Amino acid sequence: MEHTTMYEKYEPVIGLEVHAQMQTKSKMYSTDSAEYGGIPNSHISPISLGHPGTLPRINKTVVESAIKLGLATHCTLTEENIFARKNYFYADLPKGYQITQDKTPICRNGFITIKDKSGQEKKIGITRIHMEEDAGKSIHDLDPFDTLIDLNRAGVPLLEIVSEPDIQSPEEAYNYLTEIRKLVRYLEICDGNMEEGSLRCDANISVMLKGSKQFGQRTEIKNINSIRNVQRAIEYEIKRQIEAIESGETITMETRGFDAPSGKTISMRTKEMAHDYRYFPEPDLLPVFVSEKTISEIQKIMPPLPHQLFRKYIHEFELSEYDASILTDSKPIALYFEELCTFVSNPKTAANWVMGSIKSYLNEYAIEIEHFVIKPKTIGQLILLVEEGKVSHSIASQKIFPLLISQPEKNPLQIAQENNWIQESNQDALLDFVNKAIAMYPEKVAEYKSGKKGIIGLFMGEVMKLSKGKADPKVANHLIQEILEK
Amino acid sequence: MKQYRSLAEIQTDLQSHAISVKQLVEAYLQRIEEKKHLNAFLEVFASEALKNAEQIDAKLAENKAGRLAGTVIGLKDNICYKGHKVSASSKILEGFESLYSATVVERLIAQDAIIIGRLNCDEFAMGSSNENSAFGNVLNPLNEKKVPGGSSGGSATAVAGGLCLATLGSDTGGSIRQPASFCGLVGLKPTYGRVSRYGLIAYASSFDQIGTFTYTIEDASLLLEIMAGKDEYDSTLSSEEVPEYSKALPFSKKAHIAYYKSYVEHEGLDPEIKKCFFEIIEKLKQQGHSVTAYDFPFLEYLVPAYYVLTTAEASSNLARYDGIHYGYRSKNATDLNTTYTKSRSEGFGPEVKRRIMLGTYVLSAGYYDAYYTQAQKVRRILRDKTNEVLSTNDFILLPTTPHTAFDIGQQVADPIKMYLEDIYTVQANLTGLPAISLPLGKHSNSMPFGLQLMGKSFCETEMFSFAKNLLHL
Repeated sequence: MEHTTMYEKYEPVIGLEVHAQMQTKSKMYSTDSAEYGGIPNSHISPISLGHPGTLPRINKTVVESAIKLGLATHCTLTEENIFARKNYFYADLPKGYQITQDKTPICRNGFITIKDKSGQEKKIGITRIHMEEDAGKSIHDLDPFDTLIDLNRAGVPLLEIVSEPDIQSPEEAYNYLTEIRKLVRYLEICDGNMEEGSLRCDANISVMLKGSKQFGQRTEIKNINSIRNVQRAIEYEIKRQIEAIESGETITMETRGFDAPSGKTISMRTKEMAHDYRYFPEPDLLPVFVSEKTISEIQKIMPPLPHQLFRKYIHEFELSEYDASILTDSKPIALYFEELCTFVSNPKTAANWVMGSIKSYLNEYAIEIEHFVIKPKTIGQLILLVEEGKVSHSIASQKIFPLLISQPEKNPLQIAQENNWIQESNQDALLDFVNKAIAMYPEKVAEYKSGKKGIIGLFMGEVMKLSKGKADPKVANHLIQEILEK
Repeated sequence: MKQYRSLAEIQTDLQSHAISVKQLVEAYLQRIEEKKHLNAFLEVFASEALKNAEQIDAKLAENKAGRLAGTVIGLKDNICYKGHKVSASSKILEGFESLYSATVVERLIAQDAIIIGRLNCDEFAMGSSNENSAFGNVLNPLNEKKVPGGSSGGSATAVAGGLCLATLGSDTGGSIRQPASFCGLVGLKPTYGRVSRYGLIAYASSFDQIGTFTYTIEDASLLLEIMAGKDEYDSTLSSEEVPEYSKALPFSKKAHIAYYKSYVEHEGLDPEIKKCFFEIIEKLKQQGHSVTAYDFPFLEYLVPAYYVLTTAEASSNLARYDGIHYGYRSKNATDLNTTYTKSRSEGFGPEVKRRIMLGTYVLSAGYYDAYYTQAQKVRRILRDKTNEVLSTNDFILLPTTPHTAFDIGQQVADPIKMYLEDIYTVQANLTGLPAISLPLGKHSNSMPFGLQLMGKSFCETEMFSFAKNLLHL
């Protein structure tokens, strides 16, 4: 297995740059709509068109969003935020420069916790998070002769999140991005949609011999459009670099693109063509000061974060890691679960309901939990019915739950009563059914007694039939056993 | 019609019905036509101005007119006026019409000023003689062989030639005060952050300020009062209250005045200007004001620091003129790259190109610290040193220009010499302080020259007050 050894000699070093588009109403430096889509060139004004004489002004919501993300990623926040111009020519960049932050990013030196390959927790450092504006869109494939430009996106606010080169495998990159996406969604600052480009990722990748302290030459893969593809692109690029080095080539610093159908990365431009962006302080904007007061005010309105909930579910609720991760995967699910827990005594039961009946219903009809009609309070009442022994779990989940979906205004007890589903747990009444069932199959009684204990299910079935499903299975089971063992 | 030199005169005549606004506009239009060869106006908004004049006459009849009723004003061609062309005297903005009005224009119109046209200037306000315009140079109405100064040359000529009552200019390094000096006018550059830059085509954003050309301090202060103050479209504006500048009275206290020895002893300063300067110093002393001379070892650094920083900003500010979105696009362009290179090479004039290249150079990797960072340091030191002098003095008095208006064509071949035209004016822009050039001298060559009063930050009221004293010495 010479091949395996060749790849195993190396370890990859990966850093990610993520651009998260803010879901603010207006753009970063003007009041134009920042909404996605729209008729091309309709979300514009002289300011976002970069017309002569126009000036930028800062969208304060973006500053707040950046502070939220900084707090969520344990960053140090910068007090004096200076904006800078990054100068380059491109047809979809109307001013000929992007207003960004250079030397004073609003957030610095934070981290995100992810799971590594062995399932252990690992911290990935966040070098910086800064505020900037998006460029417009150049559309090359709509017109056979011309490139079309849509400036709706020009000026839409972005946060750029730059990681330390702490990521050591494509899987870790996948987990890191998943975590970032979860965070921005929990904070409700970005919709996290990579296909629409509201979350974009560039990956810096190099390989070095295992144990080496000296990083190899890196390449950058730009604009990968899904988390899965980031993983694929990195997998390919690591392999490519190792093979190149092993065959005596040198890796050159270059920008590469990812071709999803073939799974390959392709060279786009080399360093010789790299830009000199001539950053300098933006003279049209005064620095933005982030005070301790602002930070503590924002701290007060921070929503619960996925890793906090995850820990709570494991340590306080004693759920499994698997359950905790499913429940915290999306904020609306977690919020539903949180609310449900306020109505029930056992969070485990609540978790089972959310991950069982509720999730499978949502999946089957492709409904988001935000649009789920049954309120947590009602599910809580249903759980209570089961716990009090008034209905069986199967009646609750298979009969009452579907009826609640069509009649969410009703309460579960009402439905159970209307349908005569309140179960029989009165021993005397049950004993009658049990005796009848046993009397029906004398030969099976003999089989049971000779050791075929599994036969008890047959008697249970008869009891349920006779009771029209209202028998409390636990009590019935106990009675059958008692009589048979006599 | 008599040549009016102040709004007060006009408003008196309007009140006594000696004249109507319409007649006033007609007279100015006629005069513009007669003086067409001065090349001050790039475009005259004749029919529109007449229509507005009629409306203002109607308002006057009902006593509902604004404070600027009767003010006929011209705009430097780098100030945007909705629905009108604006070109910064450059070919690169060929055919461009502004979609919005500058904040200052809106505020003037709201007080019933009449905008009569747009005025020639150096391309993108880069120049000291108005010889860098894509639409030809402007003549000095006081001596047509001479330049009017620049970059707001058309604005100076229009007022000095009696083509309108007042004009707006922009001052990045002296572009209002220098032509005011050459044309015998009051030229005002307010404190940076006093007047909204929204709608002013940027040359160097941290230096540019809109200001005025007038005959009188009264008109300058009234116009400033109306234009100044908070504007949500310009975040660099100060929230400082706008005082009633127009009510500024002559300075009644004894003033503390500073001047710099190195400035007046500079070899480039015309001896007659120097003489006049000291005569004024003497008179001020006689009136009981205290005058202190300071050493100021930074004079040699001012112009270099100014040119490093302004060209850096300009190289970025002018990147938007790329032939893609609006304005001039080269017919010879074949792809994206040639659209940029050819449109910009053909669309910009030589001085603008020189400054873009200079600015690009000082910001580029490897040179940034040696030039840009260093110049920023000079700017900071200069600001501190100037404020230090102003902490114990009310004003600094200095020449506006080293000499009077020079001959057309005399200096075009020597950009460095042209840059030194700004030697006395850039300090106010580097420090952001307010300064006003006052027509205080007349040279034996029969051309006027100005002296400059520089005040404390946002202390325009005091500056106007003392300027009144100086004009009546």
